[in-house]
Amino acid sequence: MGFLDIDNATKSYGTVEVLHKVDISVEEGEFLVLVGPSGCGKSTLLNMIAGLEEISSGEIRIKDAVMNGVHPSNRNIAMVFQSYALYPNMTVGQNITFGLEMHGVPKAERDKAMADVAKLLQIEQLLDRKPGQLSGGQRQRVAMGRALVRNPDVFLFDEPLSNLDAKLRVDMRTEIKKLHQNLGTTIVYVTHDQIEAMTLSTRIAVMNGGYVQQLGTPKEIYDTPANLFVATFMGSPSMNLISVKVRVDGNAVYADTHNDKGDKISLSFFEPSANLKGYDGQTITLGVRPEALTDVEGADQRSTHVEHVPNTVTVTEPAGSDTFVATTIGGSECVGRMRSDADVAAGRETTFAINMEKAVAFDPKTEARIV
Amino acid sequence: MSVATQDTAIRTGRIARTFIYLVLILFALFYLLPLYVMLINSLKPLSEITGGGMMALPDVWTIEPWLKAWSSAQVGVEPTGLRPYFWNSISMVVPAVAISTILGALNGYVLTKWRFKGDTLLFGFMLFACFIPFQIVLIPMARTLGILGLAGTTPGLVLVHLVYGIGFSTLYFRNYYQVFPTELVRAAQIDGAGFFQIFWRILLPSSGPIAVVCIIWQFTNIWNDFLFGASFSNASSQPMTVALNNLVQSSTGVKEYNVHFAGAILAALPTLLVYIVAGRYFVRGLMAGSVKG
Repeated sequence: MGFLDIDNATKSYGTVEVLHKVDISVEEGEFLVLVGPSGCGKSTLLNMIAGLEEISSGEIRIKDAVMNGVHPSNRNIAMVFQSYALYPNMTVGQNITFGLEMHGVPKAERDKAMADVAKLLQIEQLLDRKPGQLSGGQRQRVAMGRALVRNPDVFLFDEPLSNLDAKLRVDMRTEIKKLHQNLGTTIVYVTHDQIEAMTLSTRIAVMNGGYVQQLGTPKEIYDTPANLFVATFMGSPSMNLISVKVRVDGNAVYADTHNDKGDKISLSFFEPSANLKGYDGQTITLGVRPEALTDVEGADQRSTHVEHVPNTVTVTEPAGSDTFVATTIGGSECVGRMRSDADVAAGRETTFAINMEKAVAFDPKTEARIV
Repeated sequence: MSVATQDTAIRTGRIARTFIYLVLILFALFYLLPLYVMLINSLKPLSEITGGGMMALPDVWTIEPWLKAWSSAQVGVEPTGLRPYFWNSISMVVPAVAISTILGALNGYVLTKWRFKGDTLLFGFMLFACFIPFQIVLIPMARTLGILGLAGTTPGLVLVHLVYGIGFSTLYFRNYYQVFPTELVRAAQIDGAGFFQIFWRILLPSSGPIAVVCIIWQFTNIWNDFLFGASFSNASSQPMTVALNNLVQSSTGVKEYNVHFAGAILAALPTLLVYIVAGRYFVRGLMAGSVKG
């Protein structure tokens, strides 16, 4: 029993099922991020938790109380919308206390709660302004203030940072994280931005096509993605996928492929599983994160399985902190992340270091990770 | 530094522009001519009109025709002037406009924010009401008013105009609320506001421009209506337009053109006033939603 339980929740419109048996249990104080591409059902799920959309089957419970059919205002939740949804005709102060007013909280208490929240979010000087007179970041704060003031069990965030410019988005991200750490509230947060998901969450649910593809900590999602979708959706630049042939040699398992000159490459798997050995002779997809495909000096010194592959650099993209290097391995375009000072140039051959401890293998047919 | 050159498109063709303005002024004068004729003839004694010279300014300025049209002219069989009918019109127009605007706003709110099965079809039917010619409903409406016991009364006329007005007011508000962010309604729901609280506290305060458009439209239409007024009223509930007709048609002795002119202006004055006071908002409201921001 968690704090917020989503139990086999399904959503259908007529005969079309858009959300299939979602099962997530959120503990108190957790920061759960629902992430996925447009139309994956993440916002629908959030609206179902909020009570803005009905649950077709299954159950949603908050603190063990079944929420199916309970009006949004009686769920003790608060929501921050993408457009902030501030009431344009009310001042900031009225916006923040509107919910309390609707719940019949006396004026004196409302004013005190408003003052506390305004202090916390540093918006005291804005209380008498109208939302139209605020900047994007200020509106964002007011929207959060409106959610905070009600002291809800669960906070719901619906892509709250999408409307901000890049710089402000990073600042607000940090602030949301700080707020979560200071207040210890339970948060469900929807975004399509995988970096937001990684940086904010304590757990991530990656969704696609109405299914939860994987539920886990950011590290689990990043290092051991459940399938090809999760592997490529999370991480930027996305994971390199190379077709390789499995070769079992005693206890060792090798991934055989070739470099861009046609020379054979054998990459030895780190701690190969029995399942992987079962793929002997078959072609599988090898997944290598860009940071696991780097220059020799930049390779993880603690890793015991670093393979060296000489190959030609096709493009370099210096990004300041790193240099992204494109190359072709096994016929696939790959991107490696090297130190910014790495001595590479387009058209020249260099030695790539592949950290096989971080490599993952996928079955190309089922697209699931081979464990 | 060089001075910014002035020979842009705006400055070209001084002669052409003079010509254009002349033509426009001419058109404007021509358009204002009827008003001019009405105004000056309502301010001169009858003898000056019958003596010819419709266009001439009065030799003797007098407001006598206005006073007569307002309070003592023969309207039908009673020498009451237009005054009682003016109040008839007011007591018909004000409730009809107010109720149809409020109901239109409610309809628009439901049709956009509380969608239900068949709402588009229902809206289509309401829209259809905008296009039904008045003449078609005369007899069924007379029968309905008879059954309701409202025949020949001001409440009966209010009902008729209300029924006709709802189609338009719904159209206005529905299209206005269509672009009103639904997230605001959802936020208010989570805040615990009910159906009417959301309407009164969130939507209505933001509906100023479209409310003005709706009020102007309804006011003008209902005030100027003649057919329904002539068909469904009796002597005690006749609106201004019908009374004006009776004033002009009353054939006791000479036709007092100056009084007729004054009466016609009196009948048109309220709509004129509404346009002058709220015209700015009218244009602004019609434009609302066309530009984001």
